Amino acid sequence: MKYIDEFRDGALARRLAAAIAAEALPSRRYHLMEFCGGHTHAISRYGLADLLPPNVRMIHGPGCPVCVLPIGRIDNAIELAARPGLILCTYADTMRVPASGGLSLMKAKALGRDIRMVYSSADALRLAREHPDRDVVFFAIGFETTTPPTAVAIRQADAEGLANFSVFCNHVVTPAAISNILESKDVRELGTVALDGFIGPAHVSTVIGSEPYEYFAEEYARPVVIAGFEPLDVMQAILMLVRQLNEGRAEVENEFTRAVTREGNAKAKAIVADVFELRKTFEWRGLGEVPYSALRIKERYRRFDAEARYGIVYQSVADNKACECGAILRGVKRPVDCRLFGTACTPENPMGSCMVSSEGACAAHYTYGRFKDAAIVGERPQEPANA
Amino acid sequence: MTRPYVRPVDFRHGRVDMTHGGGGRAMAQLVDELFLRAFDNDWLRQGNDGARVDVPAGRLVMSTDSHVVSPLFFPGGDIGCLSVHGTINDVAMCGATPLYLAAGFVLEEGFPLADLRRIVESMAAAAKDAQVPVVTGDTKVVEQGKGDGVFITTTGVGIVPSGIDVSGDRARPGDVVILSGTIGDHGVAIMSLRENLGFETAIASDTAALHGLVAAMLAAAPGIRCLRDPTRGGLATTLNELARQSGCGIALAESHIPVRPEVAAACEFLGLDPLYVANEGKLVTICPPEDADRLLATMRSHPLGHDAAIVGEAIVDPHHFVQMDTSFGGRRVVDWLTGEQLPRIC
Amino acid sequence: MCLAIPARVVDLPEPESATVEVGGVRKRISLALVDGVIVGDYVIVHVGYALTKLDPDEAARTLATFAEAGLLPEAVA
Repeated sequence: MKYIDEFRDGALARRLAAAIAAEALPSRRYHLMEFCGGHTHAISRYGLADLLPPNVRMIHGPGCPVCVLPIGRIDNAIELAARPGLILCTYADTMRVPASGGLSLMKAKALGRDIRMVYSSADALRLAREHPDRDVVFFAIGFETTTPPTAVAIRQADAEGLANFSVFCNHVVTPAAISNILESKDVRELGTVALDGFIGPAHVSTVIGSEPYEYFAEEYARPVVIAGFEPLDVMQAILMLVRQLNEGRAEVENEFTRAVTREGNAKAKAIVADVFELRKTFEWRGLGEVPYSALRIKERYRRFDAEARYGIVYQSVADNKACECGAILRGVKRPVDCRLFGTACTPENPMGSCMVSSEGACAAHYTYGRFKDAAIVGERPQEPANA
Repeated sequence: MTRPYVRPVDFRHGRVDMTHGGGGRAMAQLVDELFLRAFDNDWLRQGNDGARVDVPAGRLVMSTDSHVVSPLFFPGGDIGCLSVHGTINDVAMCGATPLYLAAGFVLEEGFPLADLRRIVESMAAAAKDAQVPVVTGDTKVVEQGKGDGVFITTTGVGIVPSGIDVSGDRARPGDVVILSGTIGDHGVAIMSLRENLGFETAIASDTAALHGLVAAMLAAAPGIRCLRDPTRGGLATTLNELARQSGCGIALAESHIPVRPEVAAACEFLGLDPLYVANEGKLVTICPPEDADRLLATMRSHPLGHDAAIVGEAIVDPHHFVQMDTSFGGRRVVDWLTGEQLPRIC
Repeated sequence: MCLAIPARVVDLPEPESATVEVGGVRKRISLALVDGVIVGDYVIVHVGYALTKLDPDEAARTLATFAEAGLLPEAVA
C-alpha cells in the first residue's frame, strides 16, 4: 500500500532509533505526550517504546474522543435509541462503552433498540432517506477530523429537506484539551508531570493546520511536532522533539508535510464554521468541565440538532472512585499506577475511559504492553522496561 | 421409495411455512425433493430417523458446530458449504479422518425456498467434493422473526489413525508454529458485505475443507502436536488458546505472517487487525522442530497450503503470553480478543 | 484518533464523489471537503470522506529524511 508501507519500514525504524538514542542527552529525561489516540495505538501496536532509550518516555494524552465522552452522553444516546421507531446510527467505536445501569449501546441493541453501526455520516443520511417514516439520529463524536463529515451531512440534510434526520453532537476540539492539560495544577505549579513536548495529532492537523499550535509552543514554551500516522512518522517526530529540547527551542514543526499545511483545509473549516459553534463548556470524562472545548449545532441548523429536537437533558455520572483515568489522561499517572488496572478494569470490563477504547492509554497498555510489567520473556534476553 | 405429491415444491417462488416443520406431508415432500435429492445417498434414502454406518476400528472423534453467518451468501461461499467445511475441519483438527456428517436446519417462516435450495445444493457439492456424506439430518421451522433466515448445525464423526496424538495441550517450548496460508480473508469478506461498509472490490472467503491437507501433513509428520483452525477471533485467539492449554508461551514474527494485500488494505480502511479476523480455510499447526521443514514443504505442495509459512515458536513462559516481534522492530503482546472486533474511526 | 488512510483516486463518477483504491480494494467516498481532485491524486480518507490531498513530493522528502537519520554526524556513536 503506497504511502503506508514505506512509512513502516523496519530498517528505517532502526536508523531512527539509533539517531534518537545518540541524540538524547543521557543527563536529562524527555517526557513527550502524544496527544492523539491514533498515535497511542501506533506506539503500542508497533512496539515503538522498545525502540526508544529509557530516558525518552511517552505519555498518553486525552486525544481519544471515545475515551473522553462522558457516561452521561452515552446514557443520552441510549435514551434516544429507546424512543419508539427511532434509528440511532453510530460509529462502531462507541458500541461497547459502558454506560449507566449496566447498559451500553451494544447491550441496548440486544434489548431490541434499533442501533446501527455506520462507517460514515453519509450512511446515516442514506438511512434517513430510505426510511422517511422513521426518525434517524446520527451519534456524532470525534475531534476536528471527524467534524467536517458531520457538517457535510447536516448541510446535505438541509439541502434535501430531510425532516427525519438529526445529529446528537459530541464533537470536541483539540487546542482546548491541550490547554487544559497544560493549565492543570499538576503541570503548571506542582511540576508533577514533566511535560516537555507534544506530538501533535496527524489528521486533526490536516483540517486545522499547524497554526493553532503556535500559541501553545509560545505561551507554554514547549515544542510541538505534528506527526503523521505511521510509526516512522512518530519516530521522526520524537527525534525532532529531542533536538528542539536539546537546542532549547519551543517551536511548532511539521513532520507530516505530505498532508498538513500551516493553514489546513480552508474549505473544511468553512463548512464546519457554517454549521457549528463552540459550547461555553463541556464535560470531558476524566478532565471535568473544559471551557470552549466542544461544539454544538448553530441556530440556523437547529432543526437537525437531536438535543433540541428531543429535549435531551444531560446528567453527569461520576466514575468509580478508584478510577485513575483523570490522572492518566493528564499524564500524571500510568496505567499500572491505577489499582483497578488489569484486575477489576480490563478491556472486557472497562471501568473508565482509558480502558474503553483500544487507544485509551490503559487499553493500549493492557493489550500490547503488559507483558513487560510481568517481566518475563521466556528464553529471550531481558529488555529494559520503558514507558 | 417414491411418494406421489400433487404438485412439486415451488422452489422458484415458494417460501418456508410452518407446515414444513410440522412432520407431515409438506415436510416429507420438502425433505424428498430438496434434501434427499441434493445429498443423494442411500442412508438418507432409507428414511430412518438415524443412519447406521460402518466405522473402522480406532478412536472416534465427534464434533459439532452451529452456523449463523450473516449474510448467508458471500463471495467464495455461503452458509451451506461453510457448515460442511467447518465441521469437517473441526474433526480434522483432532487428527481424525472425517467420515460422516449430520445436518440440522432451523428455518425461519417466510424464508425463500430458492435460497434454501441454493444453500442445500452448495452443502451437497461441498460434501461430495470432500467425500464426506451427510447421512442424517433434521428440519424445524420457527415463526417469522425468530430466526435469521436459516441456522444450520452440523455434526461430524471421524477416526483418528493409530500413532497420531493431536491435542491443544501438547505444545512444548522449542516447537515450531506453522500457518497454512493467508489470514483475514473470510472475516473481511463478510464484514465488507455489511450494508454500511461496502467495498467495490469483492474479497472472497477462504472457506475450504482441510482434511486432505491434514492427512498429507500427518503422513509427513505423525509427531504433530497441535492442529487448530483459527475461525472466530482469528489467529490471535487460536494461539492464545493453544498457549494456555499447553502451558507455554508463543513468540511470533509478524513479517512471516502472510496477509493478502486486499485484506490488509480493507483492514486499514476499517481499523481492524488481521490477527483477529476470522478464517475458514486455514489451519495452524505446532510440531516438533525436527519435523518443521518437512512439514512446511508438504503443506506448500498442497493446493490449500501453498502460502504456508513458519510464523513462530513455542517458548517457556509462565504467563502463557503470545508475543510478536513486529515487522517494525518492536515487540508487542498479541492478546485475546475483547468482545467482537468492530471497525473503528479512531 | 482519526483513523485515516492515503488512497489513490481511480475514478470520478459523480460530482463530489470519487472511487479510491488502496492495496487493490476500491471504495466510493465523498469529495465534499476537497477541491481540485483528479484521477491519480492521493487523498487522505477518513469515515468515507477525503480530508486533503497527499503531496507526493513532500512524501518523498519525508522518506528521505528518515533515511538520512542514521547518517548524521551526531548519530555516529
